[in-house]
Amino acid sequence: MNTYIRKLGWFAFAATGAFAFAVIALNRGEPIGALWVVVATVCIFTIGYRFYSRFIAGKVLGLDSTRMTPAYKHNDGLDYVPTNKYVLFGHHFAAIAGAGPLIGPILAAQMGYLPSMLWLLAGVVLAGAVQDFIVLFISIRRDGRSLGDLIKSEMGQLPGMIALFGTFFIMLVLLAVLALIVVKALAESPWGTFTVAATIPIALFMGIYARYIRPGFIGEVSLIGFMLLILSIVGGQYVQEIPSLAALFTLTGEQLTWLLIGYGFIASVMPVWLLLAPRDYLSTFLKIGTVISLAIGILIISPDLKMPALTQFVDGSGPVWSGSLFPFLFITVACGAISGFHSLISSGTTPKMIRNERDARFIGYGAMLMESFVAIMALVAASTIEPGIYFAMNSPAAIIGTTAESAAQTISQWGFHVTPEMITQTAVDVGEHTVISRTGGAPTLAVGMAQILSDVLGGQAMMAFWYHFAILFEALFILTAVDAGTRAGRFMLQDLLGSFIPFMKRTDSITANLIATSVCVAGWGYFLYQGVVDPLGGINTLWPLFGISNQMLAGIALVLCSCVLFKMKQDRFAWVTILPAVWVFVCTLTAAWQKIFDANPRIGFLAHANKYKEAIAEGTVLAPAKSIGQMQQVIFNDYINASLAALFMLVLISMLAFGIRTVLRARALGTPTTRETPFELLPVEAVSRT
Amino acid sequence: MVARIVSGLRYLGQSLRLMVGMPEYSTYVAHMHHAHPERPVMSYEEFFRERQEARYGGNGKVTRCC
Repeated sequence: MNTYIRKLGWFAFAATGAFAFAVIALNRGEPIGALWVVVATVCIFTIGYRFYSRFIAGKVLGLDSTRMTPAYKHNDGLDYVPTNKYVLFGHHFAAIAGAGPLIGPILAAQMGYLPSMLWLLAGVVLAGAVQDFIVLFISIRRDGRSLGDLIKSEMGQLPGMIALFGTFFIMLVLLAVLALIVVKALAESPWGTFTVAATIPIALFMGIYARYIRPGFIGEVSLIGFMLLILSIVGGQYVQEIPSLAALFTLTGEQLTWLLIGYGFIASVMPVWLLLAPRDYLSTFLKIGTVISLAIGILIISPDLKMPALTQFVDGSGPVWSGSLFPFLFITVACGAISGFHSLISSGTTPKMIRNERDARFIGYGAMLMESFVAIMALVAASTIEPGIYFAMNSPAAIIGTTAESAAQTISQWGFHVTPEMITQTAVDVGEHTVISRTGGAPTLAVGMAQILSDVLGGQAMMAFWYHFAILFEALFILTAVDAGTRAGRFMLQDLLGSFIPFMKRTDSITANLIATSVCVAGWGYFLYQGVVDPLGGINTLWPLFGISNQMLAGIALVLCSCVLFKMKQDRFAWVTILPAVWVFVCTLTAAWQKIFDANPRIGFLAHANKYKEAIAEGTVLAPAKSIGQMQQVIFNDYINASLAALFMLVLISMLAFGIRTVLRARALGTPTTRETPFELLPVEAVSRT
Repeated sequence: MVARIVSGLRYLGQSLRLMVGMPEYSTYVAHMHHAHPERPVMSYEEFFRERQEARYGGNGKVTRCC
């Protein structure tokens, strides 16, 4: 009887999901409520979790609840601690959730909400969550070792080195694009710049407080810091209204770039307790809190999605970024559907703390579903904005001009109703001078969030506050990532260079440290500067490069997963990772190829370089360059970008070759060849506790 | 009921601290007493500093995501 009730329950669930999809799909022409999107998402995720992840856990991986885990085997109360699965879920989710899943869907919304939504739902269930889950499983069975180590031991020394090399470049592109988002959000915005600048003294104060005044009281110091942050948002408004102060905090993109580069360098060589740790407390808790309040806001008011389901820009002519739906939508959405970066987290601290192998399903697969849900919320936030305003905010000045009149005129021609008054009113509502060409995604998300949150709390009067709260929240965790990422990149570089120059390997040497840090900062700083001066907004170039690099890492992780499945002699289930791997490879390689060779200068780097070369030959100067020298710089940048895309392709193809070699070798042998730690029994109390 | 809420809140607190790299101190102390009674146990302050350094001090660990 019970099984019938259960089956009936799942049937009702599936029917609800199908109905929500029908509402979304059939209700063309008039706006639909965001609640339908949420209902459809929850149904798909629950069904995917219940059935697909269970199939992977049982049949494909054969999770064994009696098997020893690293947490028990190496228990030290510090790194290796058997941890409750709900506690660990929070930790894992906080580690994988960042700016990526928020920004990607916002940029992708230029094609309408439907393509991104479909890819987020299908991608996470069949690819993203599968990758996170299986990498976590592989690492648990190997003493919680890192991705690079896992590739080295399962596929060979050279592929491991190649993967590490690729990861370093991802880091550079990632930091550049994150920093660019901050620059775009703060440029010419005294209110925003003041609040973000205020986080530095606030964090310093918190650092000293948590080390000397009340050591280790994380909750207390975070609460104090949070209140100071709110004060700084309120104070920012006054800064904006006092002309002399406003002038001090009104900075151009280029000024902000240099400040950020300097900040990145100084912050990453300072003691961690002083700036990085307290900033991390603030950004982590703020992130969790904001995500939850946004979810509550969307559920309470169920805002209408004003963006059409599909726009004409699926053909690749969109102003936000160029390139057609295939492959660029998948590259742009990136993190919320499948993120290669998660394979680093899944083979980081989480596998060392998992109490029982069985928990890997809930933590690995479940946390990624949650991350995708965050991406869906970002998509909803972007789609609730008037489409005309969305395009005014996200189109580069080179296309829509710099005045409300020119922007409204151009965007109206695309078929999205917008008046100059609407554009200026939006700026007034959120307390900014202008919202035109505020590219990068963060300001758009902030407007969307401000609309939703001010509907719930505070009304129109609070909109400017919520807008700057949202900007602060994004800038805060991006700056934490810039700081921590520069440190991580420095160590990666020292590790890589150390193979050739032994001196560089010495992480205790201040000289080696400073050299590696400088190279890192110069690396991302170069791409950042290039993005800031780009008349097409920079995001146009950097976001696809970032997406390609991230998906490349996902491809590498999925190749590793497939190899391990073959080595486990689970050949008949290897499609579970091969299918997503094929899709990721096809998208990533096609996108990288088009970024290099496409004849359209808005897409292809080489075509863009040629356009400038021809102009030089004719003696004309093309914007943004103001001289022939700057024209040559643009051409040089194009070649750098093209080389980077080519490098990513090369890494991916060589990993594929190594993967095929590993699979063929595994198939030639009749017995499993995985390098798992030998089976040991988990302590009895650990088995019974879960 | 109250007991469940209390333990739920305790887990929430643990999870929030673990998000910033701070595992449960009492678990560490219990582990040390149980497994290595002969070794010195770090005070909470020492434990806090040790964990902070381990999370952010580098060695190339990536503790967060894009």
